[in-house]
Amino acid sequence: MAKTIKEINEKIKKGEAVVVTAEEIIDIVEKQGVKKAAQKVDVVTTGTFGPMCSSGAYFNIGHAKPKIKLGGGRAYLNDVPVYAGFAAVDVYIGATALPDDDPRNKVFPGEFRYGGGHAIEDLVAGKDLKLAATAYGTDCYPRKELETLINIKDLNEAVLFNPRNSYQNYNVAVNLSDRVIYTYMGTLKPNLGNANYCSAGQLSPLLNDPCYKSIGIGTRIFLGGGVGYVVWQGTQHNPSVPRKENGTPCAPAGALAVLGDLKQMRPEWLAGTSMQGYGTTLTVGIGIPIPILNEEICQYTAVKDDDIYTQIVDYSEAYPQGKKGSLGEVDYAQLKSGKIVTQGKEVPTGNLSSYPKAVEIANILKEWIKKGDFLLSEPVAYLPGPDTGYTFNPLKERPVQK
Amino acid sequence: MITKRIVLHFPHRLADQPIVYKLVKDYDLEFNILKAYIAPEKGGLLVLELSGEDKNYEQGIQYLKRIGVKVQALSQDIIRNDRRCSHCSVCVPICPAGAFLVEPLTREVHFDDSKCIACGVCVKACPLRAMEVRF
Repeated sequence: MAKTIKEINEKIKKGEAVVVTAEEIIDIVEKQGVKKAAQKVDVVTTGTFGPMCSSGAYFNIGHAKPKIKLGGGRAYLNDVPVYAGFAAVDVYIGATALPDDDPRNKVFPGEFRYGGGHAIEDLVAGKDLKLAATAYGTDCYPRKELETLINIKDLNEAVLFNPRNSYQNYNVAVNLSDRVIYTYMGTLKPNLGNANYCSAGQLSPLLNDPCYKSIGIGTRIFLGGGVGYVVWQGTQHNPSVPRKENGTPCAPAGALAVLGDLKQMRPEWLAGTSMQGYGTTLTVGIGIPIPILNEEICQYTAVKDDDIYTQIVDYSEAYPQGKKGSLGEVDYAQLKSGKIVTQGKEVPTGNLSSYPKAVEIANILKEWIKKGDFLLSEPVAYLPGPDTGYTFNPLKERPVQK
Repeated sequence: MITKRIVLHFPHRLADQPIVYKLVKDYDLEFNILKAYIAPEKGGLLVLELSGEDKNYEQGIQYLKRIGVKVQALSQDIIRNDRRCSHCSVCVPICPAGAFLVEPLTREVHFDDSKCIACGVCVKACPLRAMEVRF
């Protein structure tokens, strides 16, 4: 019999909800069948902890005396430029922003030791950060310069707002060229020296709800160690890619835009990250509860690494040149075995996304729900699904008349 | 027979002496240089894999210490910051010495410092910068 989120929440409040992780549900469905499992289990928790570049945070620093309008001026947090094109004292810091004097790739490959992602981690860790700003001055905001230490506890609002996180599946990156390449998928050794992937596979949120039947706008989630929400589909949301019979996409597909109170978050779940030769980013911990409303949703959550496939892509030529084509398809059980075979060669694998941390997140969320601290929310709208025709288009470059 | 990976710090005054030659001639030890540099006016650093009969090895090490070379196990200088490491495993296929292994059940990454050759590739390839070389 189908359940409702309201009914599940009543059980959570009474401490009676049956909550298991997306790893644990696999065995339950295998041993007891999906019908029994769907009756018995109320919530399945998922988790992921990987680098997610489309991440950032906005905050309001409060008004100085005399007042300054950062909007239209320039502002820096620990020398990392922040976006100040808002009102007087709101700024947004992006994970990939770099100090103006960072050497970047001038000495290749660049190290990218400190950027926006690291500043967000430091802020969340409660460290004092240097805010420096210059403005043009107005009658109502006369001040032109500001340099001060700030601390998250003194900020008015501090909000993590990530336009694209929790990618539903991702490429396996390899290098067919004869030189080492440095990418957002890590360092790739020449001539298929290694294969890097980035997913929690069977624990990954959107691979457990492949057709977005329960995760939607308004879904309450674990975000960076605190509570957050899904606020929109992620940028580049692409539900129209080919899928297997179990609904899982065989290539990068859906994505989520997420938001949450930065003041609740913890640095161990929001980690500043440096990709050699590429830049800085933020490793984000996300956990999403899936209410087991019916057998169909339960069956989706029982997905195993063996049943999730992805594409092997050459990052020396095909990816940077935007050429279509996969070198082959592999499943996550093969990737996790430590080696895959492609182009007749055995290639060792590495994951950029931490599976042990994904397990930890799924278990933390499980405990929150079991204790009655975390109630499920009904989505107010659903994400564009596989049958909507919603897709991710490349840029149409057009000449500019000069 | 014993084989160990060690880090030797040479004071400036020993920079012009054939010390490794003596390890071979006087103590019958085999060596493989993993890393070496000399900083003018500051002395030098040599990372060696040193092999030989137990007794010879001990006497060779005593000789080095006697003349003023600081000897340390390599594992003391290659550190994984366990608070920083997320066990993602991207270091595993990068390491040329196979010093990182994934435990199949927990998916945790173990660092075997006895296999480490101190090449430093993992230090910059680690996205969370959990690996440190301290020499």
